[in-house]
Amino acid sequence: MPKIPLKWLAESVDLVDKAPEAVAAALVKVGLEEEGIHGGGIEHPLVVGRVLSLVKEEQSNGKTINYCRVDVGPEHNDPAGPGHKPDHGTEWPTSRGIVCGAHNFVVGDYVVCILPGGVLPGPFPISGRKTYGHWSDGMICSAKELGLGEDAVPSGTTGGIIVLASPSGESEDLGYAVEDLTPGQDAIALLGLDEKTIEVTITPDRGYCFSIRGIAREYSHSTGAAFRDPAAIELTGTPLDPSDAAFAASSAFPVVIEDEAPIRGKVGCDRFAARALRGFNPSAPSPAWMKRRLEQSGIRSISLAVDVTNYVMLELGQPLHAYDLAKVTAPIVVRRASAGETLVTLDDVTRDLSSEDLLITDSQGGHGKRAIGMAGVMGGLDTEISDETVDILLEAAHFDPITVARTARRHKLGSEASRRFERGVDTALPPVAVERALRLMQEFGGGEVEEVYTDIVNVEPRTAITMAVNFPTTIVGMDFPASEVVASLEMVGCAVLRAGDELTVTPPTWRPDLDSAITLVEEVARLHGYAEIPSVLPVAPPGRGLTHGQKVRRSVARSLADAGLTEVLTYPFMAESRLDECLVPADDKRRRLVRLANPLAGEKPVLRPRVLFTLFDAVKVNLGRGAQDVAVFELGRGYLDTGTGAAGLPAVDGTVTEAELADLDAALPEQLRMAAGIMAGARVPAGWNQKAQPWEWTDALAIVETVAAAAGVSLTRRADAYAPWHPGRAAVFALPDGTPCAHAGELHPKVCETLGLPARSVAFQVLLDPIIAATDGALVAAEAVNPQVLAKEDFAFVVPVAVTAGALVDCVREAGGDLVEDVRVFDVYEGAQVGEGLKSVAVNVRMRATDHTLSAEEVLSVREAVIAAAESEFGAVLRA
Amino acid sequence: MSELHPLDAAGIEAAVAAAVRAFDAATTLEELKVARLAHTGDKAALTLANRGIGALDGPDKAAAGKLLGGARASIGRALAARTSVLEAERDARVLVEEAVDVTLPVLRAPLGARHPLETLQEHMCDIFVGMGWEVAEGPEVEAEWFNFDALNFDPDHPARAMQDTFFVAPRDDGGAGAGASATSGIVLRTHTSPVQVRAALERKEALVEEGRGIYVICPGKTFRTDELDATHTPVFHQIEGLAVDKGLTMANLKGTLDHFARALFGPDAVTRLRPSFFPFTEPSAEMDLRCFVCGGSDTACRTCRGTGWIEWGGCGMTHPNVLRAAGIDPDEYTAFAFGMGIERTLMFRHGVKDMRDMVEGDVRFSQQFGMEV
Repeated sequence: MPKIPLKWLAESVDLVDKAPEAVAAALVKVGLEEEGIHGGGIEHPLVVGRVLSLVKEEQSNGKTINYCRVDVGPEHNDPAGPGHKPDHGTEWPTSRGIVCGAHNFVVGDYVVCILPGGVLPGPFPISGRKTYGHWSDGMICSAKELGLGEDAVPSGTTGGIIVLASPSGESEDLGYAVEDLTPGQDAIALLGLDEKTIEVTITPDRGYCFSIRGIAREYSHSTGAAFRDPAAIELTGTPLDPSDAAFAASSAFPVVIEDEAPIRGKVGCDRFAARALRGFNPSAPSPAWMKRRLEQSGIRSISLAVDVTNYVMLELGQPLHAYDLAKVTAPIVVRRASAGETLVTLDDVTRDLSSEDLLITDSQGGHGKRAIGMAGVMGGLDTEISDETVDILLEAAHFDPITVARTARRHKLGSEASRRFERGVDTALPPVAVERALRLMQEFGGGEVEEVYTDIVNVEPRTAITMAVNFPTTIVGMDFPASEVVASLEMVGCAVLRAGDELTVTPPTWRPDLDSAITLVEEVARLHGYAEIPSVLPVAPPGRGLTHGQKVRRSVARSLADAGLTEVLTYPFMAESRLDECLVPADDKRRRLVRLANPLAGEKPVLRPRVLFTLFDAVKVNLGRGAQDVAVFELGRGYLDTGTGAAGLPAVDGTVTEAELADLDAALPEQLRMAAGIMAGARVPAGWNQKAQPWEWTDALAIVETVAAAAGVSLTRRADAYAPWHPGRAAVFALPDGTPCAHAGELHPKVCETLGLPARSVAFQVLLDPIIAATDGALVAAEAVNPQVLAKEDFAFVVPVAVTAGALVDCVREAGGDLVEDVRVFDVYEGAQVGEGLKSVAVNVRMRATDHTLSAEEVLSVREAVIAAAESEFGAVLRA
Repeated sequence: MSELHPLDAAGIEAAVAAAVRAFDAATTLEELKVARLAHTGDKAALTLANRGIGALDGPDKAAAGKLLGGARASIGRALAARTSVLEAERDARVLVEEAVDVTLPVLRAPLGARHPLETLQEHMCDIFVGMGWEVAEGPEVEAEWFNFDALNFDPDHPARAMQDTFFVAPRDDGGAGAGASATSGIVLRTHTSPVQVRAALERKEALVEEGRGIYVICPGKTFRTDELDATHTPVFHQIEGLAVDKGLTMANLKGTLDHFARALFGPDAVTRLRPSFFPFTEPSAEMDLRCFVCGGSDTACRTCRGTGWIEWGGCGMTHPNVLRAAGIDPDEYTAFAFGMGIERTLMFRHGVKDMRDMVEGDVRFSQQFGMEV
């Protein structure tokens, strides 16, 4: 995001309060969020130094350091002589001794030195000290140490020190002219290190704010300070469109726009200005102030011509491209790339082009044959200006935001230019930016600007917006007088016509985002200040509270936590191999996985079909961190690819039909809500008064019954072999209509082993949506509480081991008839006393009549019926 | 011991006195029992004297009966009194002896806990339910149309370019020949905003025909392709509000946010709006909360980093195009919407330093919060 040097900003607008915090606050008010304040924090002496001598000394730690004598000017130099201990014994010239670990400089270079008493950002106060066997008076500084961005220095010197100028040419330098540098010179002023920049976030609708011009305008809106438009410069020369009769005979550079495949109906280029500068001195340096501003803005200085294009882009917001005129063959053709075409861009990367990419081409080898740039993104290497370029062709164009955005995205090539074009650049700027840039190049590098130049203008004029003058008032909820509405819109650059209560508003060329009345409301509101908007609580119609499903989910979560489980949230991302680890068969419904096209890191490319599968991860985290007993649950969704898998894009103009909406929903995967839990280790840990009680299969089943109770439903259960549970120690639960809705029990021993869980860990999973659907709207029909005396009878049946307790209880209940209130199993015994293949199941039957105390005869008849039924159904005999 | 005569008043009195002395001398209930047997048992002087009454005649019998009856009553009272004293002493001693160490651990099984992101979400919903709003929900794996198009996202909006958004892979690669355009049209929702559109579609009939304004709060899971670090997580939670009615204004938006802030952060909470941009609102705003820790008075405050304000969420007047997509006439109805991150709210409300604590599933994080947040 752009960094705005405040001194530069002040050229276009009066800063009411120069403190960077105050400027940032003013910008926040109109919608430009502060990202940071940079610069400052350096205290003198920070001076220009010239390296007089340099001795490389290898150290015992393998590092090589340089002992340098640096001329830091008469004010700071030590007199000639032996200097500080331990450097006695050598007659040093007038200078200071500094130890430096960087190696990107040589004797004679101009560098930046911080001397004892100075302070670097941090703050790091500097003092003289003994190091590596020398006395070192401060440091030779790197860009980072000075708080300059890494971008501001040549890439080869990252981590090295700043070389301002290298008269020998041996070091990569910042390109300062030697005659501008004197040892002892104030380097804070030279590099503008006392100048603050503020970095702001630009929302996507405000492309024009990627410039000093735009920020100054916004600051003016916020504070009322006078705005001086840097684009309001006098234009010289004669623009010609190639269709003009005079064009052919003129010296204007021929350009044609031949976009045969506009994207979404928009021709890729609707304005193209090109103008030549001849006789430029390619070795002329950029002025120090320009370098400094570029550095402060985070852009590296390269050469005068390139620096100027960047400078003008930062100032006005118009990206520019400079070609070496001698290398470009007329005409320039703006067209889409053809399949298989390539371009080597400025960064020396060969780009395989797509037929959607808009290209700048020239006609070397035929009309529009050679690609010389990706429009609005990056220029080509072939026609780049060099240190020998004397004739420059400067391009300023306007490209379609979508074309540029797609190309930048396709090639992962975000540039300063593409950032601006994507968000929209002022269509009126091209000739202004060309004028400004060529004048600057001419001022510092000489040459003649061509009188006649190319300017193709196919820009569609802005459409006027009509708006009722009270519309901002009705939307914002505070009174905006008509005069204020008009004044605000005019201030942002709109042309406003008022006829009665209706305004006709033509937005300015730099505000493509202003496209409807509602967008104008925001301008009126933000210029007035959002802080002034009153606070009025609206009254909603009386509500119906939470839905049944929402209430059930809360009850279930609460009941699980009450049962001693801790709620966790796991990511729904999963590797498919988790299903194999969980022994899920190949043809299982849960293999219908929803796959991500772009998973993170690629390790977990599918969505969990059931919550339990990712909950294992949470158990592992806790075990890995030293927990011995873990009981966790999660309420979440499991996803199954059961939909059509392809959703369309209906119209968004209000014509979407029920059928289209139904198709969208039909495309989506099933996303059932469920609760899952895993319990491992001890449910009750060993203590001073108790033995440890492990989590057992019964606990998992009991928790499902707890959940069912919380949801207000009773479930039936039977044994079921279902991964990842133990085939003999798990149950499936079903709703009264038989729909299965939960599984619980001990996990399969193999699963525990594979996933590193303690042996005999248990788990449950309850599908909540079917339970919620089954209970929604169902009212409990209350039965009268029976006050009659309870009668109890116990039975110990010996039955074959295969007979389940559930079946026996059902049989007893059935046989006992209406008098039976409850049947409880209170003992199960297998062993020698009952015989091989048999077991004893003891049940307690509780009976009650609704209207009298049961007689002994009645109880006896129930008893006999129960015994007879158990015998006939299971061959049960009463245990002696 | 010489035999006591039933009419020996002095002897009887002495025997009573001896019994009372013996009772009083007993220091335990066992000693008292011994004393009782000694003085009232079968061999006791008074018992034997009592038996001697039968041998007396007439007036002597009556006099002796009276004398001995009085003596028995005296001894009985003394015994009862002493018994009561000694029982009280024993009871007091037993209670002391039975005392337990109440600082021993008493919980048989460890307590469970809810996840604070869930309880905070419920708490937030309750604030709106209390105002008559409804809690609306929608699918997490969502049609692109709901997630983007219906919310006024341009087809070329950068969020739709697989940089921020998880896309569901087309089935069977959609046919290799179909090229880059073969997509499923299905995404993991990047925000809870698609629920706004669904809620509006579901309720527009009641809006138009019954004039029942739409006031919904939409909490839930959302997804973006950020790697997990201290401040980012690819799976997170948002809560989003939408109100559609006749004549709703930005002032109503501000009023709703202020009420929400006060309910969540106390009566002094204040919000601030700053101009911003979202495709689905116009005008749009960022919403800041006055720092509830320092109130803006501490330049070293760690909650607001000394700025006095905490960035809390985004909001604005629902863009007419969004209402239009849901079939609601923007010329007749206006709407506002707001949304905030629940993770972020939890972080600054409770001083959570690292996002990873919330998502890694370590039970110790949830257990700090218990059942409510």
